[in-house]
Amino acid sequence: MIEGKVHRFGDNVSTDLICPGRFYHLRGNLQELAKHTLEDADASFAKKVEKGDIIVAGRNFGCGSSREHAARIIKMSGISCVIASSFARIFFRNCINIGLPAVEVPTKNFADADIAEVNLKDGFVENKTKNFRLSFPKFPEKIVKILETGGLVEYIKENKSL
Amino acid sequence: MGKKTLAVQIISEKLSREVSPGEIVVLPVDRAFCQDGTGPLAIDGILSLSMGLKNPSNCYFFIDHAVPPPRKELANAHKKIKNFAREYKAKVIQEGICHQMMIEKFAAPFDIIVGADSHTPTSGALGCFAAGFGSTDAASAMATGSVWIKVPRSIGFKLSGKLKRGVSAKDVILKIIGDIGSSGAIYKVMEFFGGGLKNIPMESRFTISNMTIEAGAKTGIFPADEFVKEWLSAQGRSDDFRPLEAFEDAYEEKHEIILDDVVPCVACPHEVSNVERIEKVAGEPIDVVVIGTCTNGRISDFEAAFEILKNAKKLAAYLIIVPASQTVVEKMVEKGIFSRLNSLGAKILPPGCGPCCGVHEGILADGERALSTANRNFRGRMGNPQSFVWLSSPQTAAATAITGKITDPREML
Ligand code: SF4
Repeated sequence: MIEGKVHRFGDNVSTDLICPGRFYHLRGNLQELAKHTLEDADASFAKKVEKGDIIVAGRNFGCGSSREHAARIIKMSGISCVIASSFARIFFRNCINIGLPAVEVPTKNFADADIAEVNLKDGFVENKTKNFRLSFPKFPEKIVKILETGGLVEYIKENKSL
Repeated sequence: MGKKTLAVQIISEKLSREVSPGEIVVLPVDRAFCQDGTGPLAIDGILSLSMGLKNPSNCYFFIDHAVPPPRKELANAHKKIKNFAREYKAKVIQEGICHQMMIEKFAAPFDIIVGADSHTPTSGALGCFAAGFGSTDAASAMATGSVWIKVPRSIGFKLSGKLKRGVSAKDVILKIIGDIGSSGAIYKVMEFFGGGLKNIPMESRFTISNMTIEAGAKTGIFPADEFVKEWLSAQGRSDDFRPLEAFEDAYEEKHEIILDDVVPCVACPHEVSNVERIEKVAGEPIDVVVIGTCTNGRISDFEAAFEILKNAKKLAAYLIIVPASQTVVEKMVEKGIFSRLNSLGAKILPPGCGPCCGVHEGILADGERALSTANRNFRGRMGNPQSFVWLSSPQTAAATAITGKITDPREML
């Protein structure tokens, strides 16, 4: 079970906004890079985010470049789950592969600072501030296992294959 | 619905059984690659798996995004890649942008290609399944030789007719993205077929497949026809050819594009799907024009731009040229394009990504406005969130470089 405070973002938040190209030289130094997480979408994000918080976004979150650094620095900033109306597919895979839950539900009734709860096992998101619940289809078994083991590398280590 | 989509045909063939959309399958990978931005993280993943590389000769590390390295951190990233590849007997390639090198040297019909770069679908124009992934998926593909995917549904795009003079494949794909939106093909494959294909040469098809990701697609695929056969034989790879045919009745969702009706289009800041017909934006002042990248950095793109630029006495915008590979540079020299552009004052960069992803070589100033033939105009893409990027065809870019404002290339032909 995941519970946290919501940081609200809009539609089409690209990996350029999450992890700007001008910090390309910091890709070998994720700690430093994480200080710029989502900088071009919300310059104050990295300062205000707290461990366990949840990102709620609109359509097509994580669109653009395949840079996995985008998903990684979101996780490193303390975010426990990303919720969006839809995800760009490479970004979605990257989240699962690094063990960051990413769930798809319609998000229009979420606002900044709402408290959200995510139940991956039963497949629902609850907005505790506004008191409503949205369900999402259960993840395929493979994805559940990858998330449970903490990401794709751990999963392969445990299973010795994909 | 008896006939299968191109994606389903390729995946079924690979697994020697009939697959259907929605199924999760583990596929053997024919080629896996990274570039200098995604490679170091993939290497960490491979080392952490301690399984080595399953097929080292099918693992490619391209050094293309920050070349030559503009600062020591990136020089060190390149060094890490080269050392790793030497030790594990993988290939290091530094002669051009990863996608251009894939189509020149490696990609072939029916291949399954895992690329740690979002524009991997470029190779799909050769009739293969080539999709973009992150570093961990690439690491896993290199270590295990396989990748898991959900067998995708496809959207069919039936092309008919012929493009008018001054209109290019870039205008076709911009129009499609404008019509279906930036998530219009999310999780799906965009497949192109129809009688109009005979009027879309190979290099133009790469421009189209390259940009399918901008509509959210998993990849873009073209049938492997005579054009693919000719392309492969021109690269000295005739033996790689195998035919792949598209069937119109395979698609539940289908769009028809009449090529004669397509007009020059421009994507406006800060979304690729923010597409307007040229007459709506003509006259917008532009400071910097970029022609090249993996989208439009092939010889036919420079020839099309040159047809307009050759008559210019001077340029009103700062023109940056970024060829997709060293082979393209050679052809530009052979055809006299290189020296004419140079004497016009254009800044010709070494082959690579150049200013496309905002790392170096052409970062925009605050408030500056660029028109580029690349594939993305997201805020900050060219290195400065305070700048603005429009996207167009090489012809529109050439006309704009001459006038310093967005210009319809048809007025200059
Ligand atoms: S040219 Fe631009 S879009 Fe193409 S691979 Fe390089 S950075 Fe990516």
